[in-house]
Amino acid sequence: MRELSIYLHIPFCARKCRYCDFLSYPATVQEQEDYLTLLLKEIEKQSFFYEGYRVISVFVGGGTPSLLEADAIKKIFGKLNHDFIIEKDCEITLEANPDSLTLAKLEACLWAGVNRLSIGLQSADDEELRQLGRIHDYRTFCRAYQMARQAGFQNINIDLMSAVPGQTPVSYRQTLERVLALEPEHISAYSLILEEGTWFYEHQKELSFPTEDEDRELYELTGEMLASFNYNRYEISNYAKTGYECRHNKVYWKRGDYVGFGLGAASMVSDVRWSNKSSMREYREAVLSSPGFVRKTEVEPDMLKAAASASAEAPKTLSAHRARLAENVQYLSRQEQMEEFMFLGLRLTEGIRKQAFLDKFGIPIETVYGEILGRLQQDELLLIDDSVRLTPYGFDISNYVMSKFLF
Amino acid sequence: MATVDQSRIRNFCIVAHIDHGKSTLADRIIEKTGLLTSREMQAQVLDNMELERERGITIKAQTVRIIYQAQDGQEYVFNLIDTPGHVDFNYEVSRSLAACDGAILVVDAAQGIEAQTLANVYLALDHDLDVFPVINKIDLPSADPERVKNEIEDVIGIEAQDAPLISAKNGIGIEDVLEAVVAKIPAPRGNADNPLSALIFDSVYDSYKGVIVFCRIMEGTVRKGMNIKMMATGATAEVVEVGYFGPGQFIPCEELSAGMVGYLTASIKNVKDTAVGDTITDVSNPCAEPLPGYKKVNSMVYCGMYPADGAKYPDLRDALEKLKLNDASLNYEPETSIALGFGFRCGFLGLLHLEIIQERLEREYNLDLVTTAPGVIYRVHKTNGEMIELTNPSNLPDPSEIDYMEEPVVAAEIMVTSEFIGPIMQLCQERRGRYVSTEYIEASRALLKYDLPLNEIIYDFFDALKSRSRGYASFDYEMKGYEESKLVKLDILINREEVDALSFIVHADSAYERGRRMCEKLKDEIPRHLFEIPIQAAVGGKIIARETVKAMRKDVLAKCYGGDITRKKKLLEKQKEGKKRMRQVGNVEIPQSAFMSVLKLDDN
Repeated sequence: MRELSIYLHIPFCARKCRYCDFLSYPATVQEQEDYLTLLLKEIEKQSFFYEGYRVISVFVGGGTPSLLEADAIKKIFGKLNHDFIIEKDCEITLEANPDSLTLAKLEACLWAGVNRLSIGLQSADDEELRQLGRIHDYRTFCRAYQMARQAGFQNINIDLMSAVPGQTPVSYRQTLERVLALEPEHISAYSLILEEGTWFYEHQKELSFPTEDEDRELYELTGEMLASFNYNRYEISNYAKTGYECRHNKVYWKRGDYVGFGLGAASMVSDVRWSNKSSMREYREAVLSSPGFVRKTEVEPDMLKAAASASAEAPKTLSAHRARLAENVQYLSRQEQMEEFMFLGLRLTEGIRKQAFLDKFGIPIETVYGEILGRLQQDELLLIDDSVRLTPYGFDISNYVMSKFLF
Repeated sequence: MATVDQSRIRNFCIVAHIDHGKSTLADRIIEKTGLLTSREMQAQVLDNMELERERGITIKAQTVRIIYQAQDGQEYVFNLIDTPGHVDFNYEVSRSLAACDGAILVVDAAQGIEAQTLANVYLALDHDLDVFPVINKIDLPSADPERVKNEIEDVIGIEAQDAPLISAKNGIGIEDVLEAVVAKIPAPRGNADNPLSALIFDSVYDSYKGVIVFCRIMEGTVRKGMNIKMMATGATAEVVEVGYFGPGQFIPCEELSAGMVGYLTASIKNVKDTAVGDTITDVSNPCAEPLPGYKKVNSMVYCGMYPADGAKYPDLRDALEKLKLNDASLNYEPETSIALGFGFRCGFLGLLHLEIIQERLEREYNLDLVTTAPGVIYRVHKTNGEMIELTNPSNLPDPSEIDYMEEPVVAAEIMVTSEFIGPIMQLCQERRGRYVSTEYIEASRALLKYDLPLNEIIYDFFDALKSRSRGYASFDYEMKGYEESKLVKLDILINREEVDALSFIVHADSAYERGRRMCEKLKDEIPRHLFEIPIQAAVGGKIIARETVKAMRKDVLAKCYGGDITRKKKLLEKQKEGKKRMRQVGNVEIPQSAFMSVLKLDDN
């Protein structure tokens, strides 16, 4: 059976953060409930296409999935378990905001099989949190974190952000120290990026962002401190204790198959990329109007046959059902697949195995990228033996390196 | 309309300071005389180039013939010649004026007399035109027509008490203006039976008709089939068509006789053969003397123009050729640059002319251009007695071969309210100006006269003037001549390689400051590379300023959410696309914007 990862999108939050450009907005309880109904329906209808797959990771992201009530969490995972083959040691992550976590929700998560929690802290400095537009303070986070530990979570990630307005090496060091003292299994550390359409983008002239050199200092500090506490940097922005690398995350970089459910969720299956409709109205119409398929046990053999042949073609043509729900559909050409293979694979510290390239494309990596590899190796940006991977300097300027692999 | 009684023709123009409403008044006159209904009329009919309308300025002289039913019951033929408003086109203005018998002076009821008001009125009076004033924008809250009337009488010395008070924008008082044209502007003189002499005041190129010559018939008559001669250029041709100007169209007629304004087409291929100011005469019955005032127009400002995409060089050449057909004052010749490849060294009347050509190339011909710093023509006197006119800094001979150099100087007049005299004088000093005089127009306003080196005003002088006077100063200049000056060539070295396209000539005293500012600008424009890049300014091999672009240290866009790879790829693609728009000099990639950024080295 082929491996599949599932992403579920919860497009709601209590308040939009100033840096956030995701598909997410505050919504009423009724809107949330309506959405949940749609999401469950979509999972049911889509599941038909993935009969030959076993699920190795699930990630519930947002938005703020921890806004979901305990009941809703149970319903979602009940549905997943009913409609998909979930592997025994499947990694199941739920993203959480410190302020919306309750013991009841945490217990519902554990009951539903969630075994990994990803908590958005961003900063341990209350003034910086205010600047970011977060609705929690550091104390709220600590309480939520302790509660999660007490409830029984043994795999917790903490999200951090550097290059925040007003941040200094001193305040950032304190954030890192505070986080390290909690001994999370995993830390994601990103530099703030000004994305168009965000509050920060609109107000950038009034704010004092760290300069390029300060940004660089914070970035170096992250690497040094986390390394000294035995966190492995296994990906550009992700650090984990041994055995706690995020499986779901790695699926993205290794170009494994994943399907996204929910508003605007992105998918890639068999080298076809698409995303769900990002307008709620269109999403609703698509989900409600798509022809429903029913489970194997409940259908006539003929129907099943017809449906199965549709499913076999699905990756190449996207069936009518998916076409209705999808936008930005891209059937990746061989060249595009190679580009992705390189610039995604290089994000991982382990890099790209030459053999994997050969297996996938039937041609040695040197034949395609020999010249570029040679040049980047000479510039001390790549290490090359059986695998191809970034040097520490290569990591620092990874965009430069990755852009070289585009045709 | 073959024969018109000369006494019922009025040839006139409108003169004004920029923005005082010249073109709007022209529109109203056309509208009032019924040529176009308001609905048909797009604002500012006479400014028919897209660019002219957008910038609100007149680039080419435009002419229209209108019929006016006057209050005395007679029909009059008005030839309204709209003149370019900018100092760069001074010569064109002067030729247009020579085609007129009178002028309407438009003065803003709030702002009163400005520098160009004076310059244009004096120009009109120099051509013996009868000038009468109208006061425009009387509906503005700040309008003060009585003060402006007195100002006109005091400063210019023409009668203004009965000046029509109008609002061209709102169509108030236009009838009064038309009656004043009949009453105050003299009918043309000249005898239709004399030998032909006609003044060329403009020409345009039409792909069907060839060159269309705009002319004022001073003496004699021109008709189809006649063999004519341009007296200055010596070109001869057979007249194919004569006619007059409807708004936006040409209307053929039988003949044009003394006193009339119209156009003719003949077997002429090149606009160059029909120089503005030249005299047309009859080959078989020539006039004794050409009309006075013809001048060959020379380019004052030069710069290099290169296609951003080297492969577009032939397109640029074709585009320049076509523009040249329309604009005899544009000069160009091919040149090559190590940094920019193949391009052209182009000559212009002034910076505005340069900008207009550049914009037309980009807009009408869809070209993406890289322009080098504009320069003037320097005279280099070599030790061997030879003198060369230098338009491209790269061609400057070795310093050991140079005896001395000269640069062009202009006589500048700046009208400014008294509170800003200080800052403006300081600006002129900074730009190596030589103070001539201050004349008070009235208690609160003065006319400053300075002699300024042309190369100090072609960059951003106008912007600096506006910003230091909060927009209140206005400026006019004319060429004065050449003066000896201590000039040096400033070179820019990027990663120790000289970038020829960035070299320019500068006065020795400002070399350090200019060099420093250029290095600073370039430092911001050149992206970080894997290695450190020194940016140096040098004079004669000696480094006078330096900045460093540090090596690339961090370039990570780590975010990637919910498996949305497409966005990540777009970012990488953008980065790669950016590379394509770079110019490779040695092993450094320089963005096009860097070449352009050094053109605007603002103060402060």
